[in-house]
Amino acid sequence: MLLDMFINATLQTLLMVGVSAAFAFVAGVPIAVVLTTTAPGGIYARPGVNRVLGSVVNVLRSAPFIILLVALIPFTRWVVGTSIGLWAAVVPLSIASTPFFARMVEVSLREVDRGLVEAAQAMGCKRGHIVRHVLLPEALPGIIAGFTLTVVTMIGSSAMAGAVGGGGLGDLAIRYGYQRFDTVVMLEVIALLIVLVGAVQWSGDALARRANRRERA
Amino acid sequence: MTDLSEIRHVAPHETGAARGASIVFERVGKHYEGKGGRTQALAGIDFRIETGEVFGIIGRSGAGKSTLLRTVNRLEAPTEGRVLVHGTDVGTLDEDALVKLRRRTGMIFQHFNLLSAKTVWDNVALPLRVAGVPREAIERKVGALLELVGLAAKKDAYPAQLSGGQKQRVGIARALVHDPEVLLCDEATSALDPETTQSILALLRDINRRLGLTVVLITHEMAVIREICDRVAVLEKGRLVELGEVWRVFGDPRSDATRALLQPLLHELPPELRQGLRPVQADAPLAPGATVLLDLRLNGQHGREFELGALALALGGPLQLLHGGIDRIAGRPLGRVVLSARSSLRSVDALRHALAGLVDQVTVLGVREEEEKEGAAHAA
Repeated sequence: MLLDMFINATLQTLLMVGVSAAFAFVAGVPIAVVLTTTAPGGIYARPGVNRVLGSVVNVLRSAPFIILLVALIPFTRWVVGTSIGLWAAVVPLSIASTPFFARMVEVSLREVDRGLVEAAQAMGCKRGHIVRHVLLPEALPGIIAGFTLTVVTMIGSSAMAGAVGGGGLGDLAIRYGYQRFDTVVMLEVIALLIVLVGAVQWSGDALARRANRRERA
Repeated sequence: MTDLSEIRHVAPHETGAARGASIVFERVGKHYEGKGGRTQALAGIDFRIETGEVFGIIGRSGAGKSTLLRTVNRLEAPTEGRVLVHGTDVGTLDEDALVKLRRRTGMIFQHFNLLSAKTVWDNVALPLRVAGVPREAIERKVGALLELVGLAAKKDAYPAQLSGGQKQRVGIARALVHDPEVLLCDEATSALDPETTQSILALLRDINRRLGLTVVLITHEMAVIREICDRVAVLEKGRLVELGEVWRVFGDPRSDATRALLQPLLHELPPELRQGLRPVQADAPLAPGATVLLDLRLNGQHGREFELGALALALGGPLQLLHGGIDRIAGRPLGRVVLSARSSLRSVDALRHALAGLVDQVTVLGVREEEEKEGAAHAA
């Protein structure tokens, strides 16, 4: 019974974080590319576009997750048809983590040596080629590290999903550990979360190391 | 498009001349509007680079040479004037035409600018891949170029596993994949040690000769210019201050900037040789047995050599070679020697007269004091 609950809660967390992380990745990378390339001096320099997009990203990033969760309820209902349950938690989780991840990817893209972009231009690369063959591959280790950090942060945020009935490990810990004074459940959840975060961090680091060709192998 | 017969006419090298392209700078200027007002990076640059030559652009840092080089493939757009490559105004090209021009214009860099995430093979193949060249053609081309630069064995290595010289060889291979007509070299050897610099310069010279492509290189080292260039332009504060064949500029520098850049190559007189020297007037008589220090120069113009026997005969006395050096640029001896002579001639004017047909420039540095005294004591 209790084991079932644990398994269920773990699956819910994995599903919530997995779907939201996938969304953050798919949406965050293009946003970061646009932020980087439209900046003054970028290959698609459009300072106006850059300022607007930058502001949107900043506004979304400055709202604490629990507030965003509530503020986005009308939008969530419009997207998934309900404001409670697991899928209702996925929407704010995706929206909160996308700008966070996008900023981290942007930093990695910015760190790509200008000389490489210049070399690519000099060899006859069009701008799309530069994004695909220069910016993204060269920034890949940083993108992987940023994604790892985003997923870890999302595991933390997903604990608040209980507020909209999203379930998951955090919800379990609050209902049993806090509201029913069941310290054992609380500690077990904490242990599970540590293992989960540790596993994510370890695989992220391993992937980033493999992608990094900048040091002598 | 330029008429091919004209290209052949101006080409310094016979082989492969038809493949080259000439570059024309027409009153090129570039300024930046900054917070502190306008900065003039280039002004009134007006010259042409002929097909198939190795052309050097030299200047101190900040002289604008890097900006000038980048106007050729429009990595920098000039704010005044225009740049013609093979008769086409670079400034009028749309993106597609610009990409085509850049494929015909290879470029290598001081810091190599290789993609760290790609292998040697993929770095060299990239310009072909983005141009949509079929796989088999890429395989053939990349293989042949890695062979040419001597890195076939390193094709699966990543740039981080290579030495500086090897990285620049990859850069050269990458710059050549589209069979360019022009190769732009941006301080290509400045990050390399002297030995590697020599091998990279030899490779560039070899490519220039074998493929007949025009090489434009910028550098702050005169030694690089001396090594491989046919002609040189000297830039100072965004302006062209000197232009000509390398031996001419080296043998007879006209501007202060050129002289300053040549400084490291000059065989400066060591201070100990200056000690105890007494300056002499042109018409002053020379005491018998006096030792005169002479600074003799060849500037390459008449193809003269330092004929020591003839010099000794002309001076009418034994001579001693103290200091100096000779460079050979484009087969012309250029150099300076300092020698001391116990001449039988009795005046500075007579000395000059005697040496007139033998060297290009004579400077009488002075008379050795103590020996003169010795001579005087002897005579007494």
